[in-house]
Amino acid sequence: MTVSVNQQPFRNRRRPLSERMLDQGFRLLVTALACSVGIILLWILRIIVKESLPAIGEFGLSFLTKSAWDPVSNEYGAFTAIYGTLVSSLLALAIAVPLGVGTAIFITENLIPRRISSLLGLMVELLAAIPSVVLGLWAIVVMEPAIRPILTWLHTTLGWLPLFDTEPQGPGMAPAILILVVMILPIITAISRDALQQVPGELRQAAYGIGTTRWGAICQVILPAAISGIMGGVMLSLGRAMGETMAVTMIIGNSNNFSLSLLAPGNTIASMIANQFGEADGSQVSSLMYASLVLMLLTLIVNILAQWIVRKLSLRYQ
Amino acid sequence: MTPISEAIDPNPKAGSLFRKSGLRFRPSLPRNLWNAVMTTLVAIAAGVAVLPLVLVLAFVLIKGGQLISLKLFTELPPAPGMGGGGIGNAVIGTILVTGIGALLAVPVGIGGGIYLAEFAQGGRIARALKVFVRFGTNVLSGVPSIICGVFIYALIVKTRLLFGQSYSGIAGGMALAVLMLPTIIKTTDEGLKLVPDELRWGAIGVGASKFTTVMKITLPAAFTPIATGVVLGIARAAGETAPLIFTALFSNYWPWPETILSGDTALLERLSQLKDPLLNPVASMSVLIFNFASTPYPELQSLAWAASFILVIMILGANLLARWLGRFAAR
Repeated sequence: MTVSVNQQPFRNRRRPLSERMLDQGFRLLVTALACSVGIILLWILRIIVKESLPAIGEFGLSFLTKSAWDPVSNEYGAFTAIYGTLVSSLLALAIAVPLGVGTAIFITENLIPRRISSLLGLMVELLAAIPSVVLGLWAIVVMEPAIRPILTWLHTTLGWLPLFDTEPQGPGMAPAILILVVMILPIITAISRDALQQVPGELRQAAYGIGTTRWGAICQVILPAAISGIMGGVMLSLGRAMGETMAVTMIIGNSNNFSLSLLAPGNTIASMIANQFGEADGSQVSSLMYASLVLMLLTLIVNILAQWIVRKLSLRYQ
Repeated sequence: MTPISEAIDPNPKAGSLFRKSGLRFRPSLPRNLWNAVMTTLVAIAAGVAVLPLVLVLAFVLIKGGQLISLKLFTELPPAPGMGGGGIGNAVIGTILVTGIGALLAVPVGIGGGIYLAEFAQGGRIARALKVFVRFGTNVLSGVPSIICGVFIYALIVKTRLLFGQSYSGIAGGMALAVLMLPTIIKTTDEGLKLVPDELRWGAIGVGASKFTTVMKITLPAAFTPIATGVVLGIARAAGETAPLIFTALFSNYWPWPETILSGDTALLERLSQLKDPLLNPVASMSVLIFNFASTPYPELQSLAWAASFILVIMILGANLLARWLGRFAAR
């Protein structure tokens, strides 16, 4: 970037052809690179739809409602896996949202010295960085044996409920839900914290000024003002929980027998793919691709809904 | 305890005006009880949220730390039932596959970010393209990682697109690249947006072309946030398993034949062996953990803990590095 200083100060400098070509080329290059993201997304969709077409043709929509998964007689239905995906991620969300939002409030609302609160924030963020396969290993070796007495107690006292009517025998839906909670908690906490920190200080001061208590301000002023960000984070983590693969695969038990009980082994779409894809052939591959398509659409809907909610709710409070 | 009491009655011992008027903090009031209960509840929530990190870290450090030795890096995994051995091939493989992924994703991601921040202004087409790219980035970052693996499997592994090879290091790297791409684009875009417009105007004012402005002015000014994002994206990808199990698969051998270090074979042949891991299955620590975690052999399980140790140290180290980088630049 040399700037030539001319004798006549305001002479028009015509850009040389090489410079204009370079500029145009650069613009084209970055445009193409940017478009590659959208193209990859469409390509993923195209490939998965193409590969699942045989299964779609053979099973149609009944794939979503049947729970048979029999490679011998080539009968495939993903109901157990879809049910497992929805139940595990929604229950994990139900546990993680109060914990995550509570932690975010604890960190942001001056309840503790700033040093400690930033340390807590750092720890929760580092939890998000731990690979899911390591969490899975920890879940198998440490967590599941540790919580089995609790699950057995649940079975003996609440066994009359269909939710707890099988005996816990190691891997199952309940430990998978707990490990999902561990995985989505940092996302909810981090996003809720950002949302709470962005609430203007004037709102808080005004609330205190008219005589409310700390929790009056939090519940009636600060949380409603931050709700768009928090909801966005919740939806985002729902999408993450649905697609989470490794930790769940290692701990859920991978059984295609449908059971209402949370203590029984189950399956999710992602864990079914991870487990069977390597050894599958023929129409099983195509059925797994069909399941991938269902998973992809589910997460797509959740993610689009997340963006929509953020836009919709944030308009109301600005 | 609450700001009200502090604000109104700073010195309760003195018989202040407020004391006489009865404005005094009374813990037994319903609203103060409610405050105490809620504060306790969120404190418990924070404790529960931090507990898993402490427990996981403790177990990884203790169970994996015991096994750390030089042998771990120089030996191959043993056959089931045999003791000893190491995970040297998986350590190299993780670095290799993540490196391939970064090599593919970083230029594309930074280019895409540059487009979003610097070029996507003006006409209706440019704006539509911007929406398309933003939407694509957001959606792609939400695509489950296993889908990335399935996509690359169907695209490259099954069709044997790469020189007739099926499972390969390149396929694994591509799957990781799809995963890193949205993070890198987003952080580049956001980093460039933080650069004040005055710098751009100044550059254009002295006659710099757009290319020069971006390369010499805005990109260097936004280096830190971009570097932070790239480091975080790569660190996240290094720990991913799901995209690798159908693409890079696993291998019980070294990525390169051991003769590559000794001088027995011809130099030309050794050079051509360098590409071996690119076109053949490659081991990685994350897939090793997955494979060994559920085996009944305790030696293999302890190797999984050792791999977890190395992986966690690498990833947490990268995270702390990125954080330090950010704070360093903020000064």
